[in-house]
Amino acid sequence: MKSQRYMVAAVLIVLALIAPMLVYPVFLMTALCFALFACAFNLLLGYAGLMSFGHAMFFGMGGYFFGHVVKAMGLPPEAGLIAGVGGAALLGLVTGALAIRRQGIYFAMITLAFAQMVYFFCVQAPFTHGEDGLQGIPRRALLGGLIPIENDLVLYYVVLAIFLFGFAAIYRFTHSPFGQVLKAIRDNEQRAQSLGYEADRYKLLAFVLSAALAGLAGATKAMVLQFATLTDVSAAMSGEVVLMALVGGLGTNTGPVLGAFVIVAMQNYFASFGEFVLVIQGAIFVVIVMAFRKGLVGEIGDWLKARRKAS
Amino acid sequence: MLDIFSIPLPALFGQLLLGLINGAFYAMLSLGLAVIFGMLNVINFTHGAQYMLGAFAAWLMLTNLSIPFWASLVLAPLIVGLFGIVIERLFLKRIYHLDHLYGFLLTFGMALVIEGLFQWRWGSSGAPYPAPIPGGYNLGFMFMPAYRGFVVLAALVICLATWYGIERTRLGAYLRAATENPTLVRAFGINVPLLITLTYGLGVGLAALAGVLAAPIQQVSALMGSNLVLVVFAVVVIGGMGSIMGSIITGFGLGLIEGFTKVVYPPASNTVIFVVMAIVLMVKPAGLFGQTK
Amino acid sequence: MHDRLLKVENLEAWYGESHILHGVGFEISRGELVTLLGRNGAGKTTTLRSIMGIVGRRKGSVRFDNQETVGRTSDSIARLGIAYCPEERGIFSSLSVEENLLLPPVVKPGGMGIKEIYSLFPNLEERRRSQGTKLSGGEQQMLAIGRILRTGANLLLLDEPTEGLAPVIVQRIGEIVRQLKQRGFTILLVEQNFHFAATVADRHYVMEDGRVVDMIAAADVAQSIDKLQTYLGV
Repeated sequence: MKSQRYMVAAVLIVLALIAPMLVYPVFLMTALCFALFACAFNLLLGYAGLMSFGHAMFFGMGGYFFGHVVKAMGLPPEAGLIAGVGGAALLGLVTGALAIRRQGIYFAMITLAFAQMVYFFCVQAPFTHGEDGLQGIPRRALLGGLIPIENDLVLYYVVLAIFLFGFAAIYRFTHSPFGQVLKAIRDNEQRAQSLGYEADRYKLLAFVLSAALAGLAGATKAMVLQFATLTDVSAAMSGEVVLMALVGGLGTNTGPVLGAFVIVAMQNYFASFGEFVLVIQGAIFVVIVMAFRKGLVGEIGDWLKARRKAS
Repeated sequence: MLDIFSIPLPALFGQLLLGLINGAFYAMLSLGLAVIFGMLNVINFTHGAQYMLGAFAAWLMLTNLSIPFWASLVLAPLIVGLFGIVIERLFLKRIYHLDHLYGFLLTFGMALVIEGLFQWRWGSSGAPYPAPIPGGYNLGFMFMPAYRGFVVLAALVICLATWYGIERTRLGAYLRAATENPTLVRAFGINVPLLITLTYGLGVGLAALAGVLAAPIQQVSALMGSNLVLVVFAVVVIGGMGSIMGSIITGFGLGLIEGFTKVVYPPASNTVIFVVMAIVLMVKPAGLFGQTK
Repeated sequence: MHDRLLKVENLEAWYGESHILHGVGFEISRGELVTLLGRNGAGKTTTLRSIMGIVGRRKGSVRFDNQETVGRTSDSIARLGIAYCPEERGIFSSLSVEENLLLPPVVKPGGMGIKEIYSLFPNLEERRRSQGTKLSGGEQQMLAIGRILRTGANLLLLDEPTEGLAPVIVQRIGEIVRQLKQRGFTILLVEQNFHFAATVADRHYVMEDGRVVDMIAAADVAQSIDKLQTYLGV
């Protein structure tokens, strides 16, 4: 079984390496950013059992921080990425500390409300340039000129590396003793607390980590597409990442990645349809909740298991 | 901070009236959400879209069938309420046994579909709806448009009527009991699933009624509910969904606070309700009128 | 009109994955008061809940007035004429005492009027505007019994009505239960307190591990006291 897993992983890595020869690199990079975003969201949901409906605030602010540091302050992109991650983490700490106080549906509503606050802040704050957004963020070479990311192909491998770093970080976290405690808390908080674990601390840490990675995703996206706008902090964006994780499979490791690729591809394909995309997205939500709750990865996994049993 | 007495009174009272009107809508909508959540344990994200449907129904009936406002006030909630009942029977009923978050996701998806369809068909710019009561009264310290005064009074009547219906009638007793212990209520011979369906219809009807009342005040547009519903969620977290009266008081109160903020510190007016929510979460996480279950 | 008002045969019941009842069988004639005795976990409460239709899954046969009830929803079972007084009493905190009393709808003619119920439980009339859960344990039990008397149901399922109550109140409940029997109600009583059960019942069924293992008529109780003590583990 494990060898099969390694084979699949190897195939995926090879695919990832040659992908830009086959598919438009900017599409791939955008999808990878959203994949990281969706994985960060899923970390909170799948392992801490907390569904954030305001995750766009971390994603969007990550992009804004990156843009401001690189464009307005003229610093190299590494600084921008760190600013994106750090800023989002800080925001995560502040909002998380309050949101953690409630669970389930209330938690979702609180994160939604905080995200709205951030949205309105961004509408008015000078550094975000409001409705116009931060445009024309320059792409400068990394490592003082060694890695020329002005070239889309080079940037692709950098983005791939960032994605893999984030994915690996999540994997390490969830498979660490820390992650196990988190799962225990998710499954039975009272039990875990009676065993001496301070549930709130663990949940907050997961929240901040999730926020930081979402910020990394947003900053990377700003680096690739060279702009950061209000859409990135909107409630629609928060809903979209939920959709990605849902389509791919909540609580699975690879589900969000697949979901992100599917949704980004869909956005591109339906771009000419205008607002009808919303209808399709909404319909997908409804269909999944009613019939395919496990998402693509989950349902395919079940189907494969059933086939194995039958043979 | 501006000294209150240096603000011209008409400006202050004008904003407070606006705040009161907003508060009226917050109260009506959070009431509907609270009633639905109590019985169904579902956060009805579609509430904003159903509010929009009420306004659109009134507008469509006026422009296509020349049906006047006062008739729409009765017809629109019935039509949209019926639509809500269909949604409950076809979709919501089948997911009650799941985690509450799925209800949230389902209603979110439905809101996207409804708003997306209307946006696609009618665009996102709004259509005006003529005020059914023209003119206004000069009260000396401010000018009060007649229709807006009516809206506040109507909202109060609607909220209090809903409160009375739930807290003081036999049917309301069925509703309260079924919220507490649906299994036992069913074992007494009451058709609880039907009660649940009707409750959802009632909540949706309330949203649609609010929408009809809103039509002459704001442009009737596909997205008119989507921003409002997010604020109402904050109102509901602040109020705590524990009591009907609590939702009403919180809704009106927050509207007034918002209006007041518009006068003394306008940049914060969009976010003040969320700030209040943050404070309430720190001090009383269950909400002002909530009970920790 | 059937003499055998309730006939239970091969009743099995599950809560989720747990198989609680393994084939329960007994019958009750019109006007009888029958008890289900047994240790904790024997399945007595589950049996009542199965008759009422509020367990996860049931199999077998429960015939009330010669109508099959397995497969019906709990509200339709209630409307046939069965009323349930749960172990936890189930008094609604968001309703007043009077609202609690008036909640169960009338399903058949012949139920007691509210005035009759108040004459049976005068202390409930005094407190009728109070919040239901502000009453003492004994008063809540009276309320739980009182509210099902209005419905016109002729079979009453009472789950441990004396649990946790002071001896004086237990006595009062015993009087009330005997009065109800005199008025013609058919009663299925679950009790841990055997002494109380012995003062009111016509017959006793003993349950163990989800099955009925014995039946003892009131007249035979004195001779069977040792057997009973073994069953109940006292």
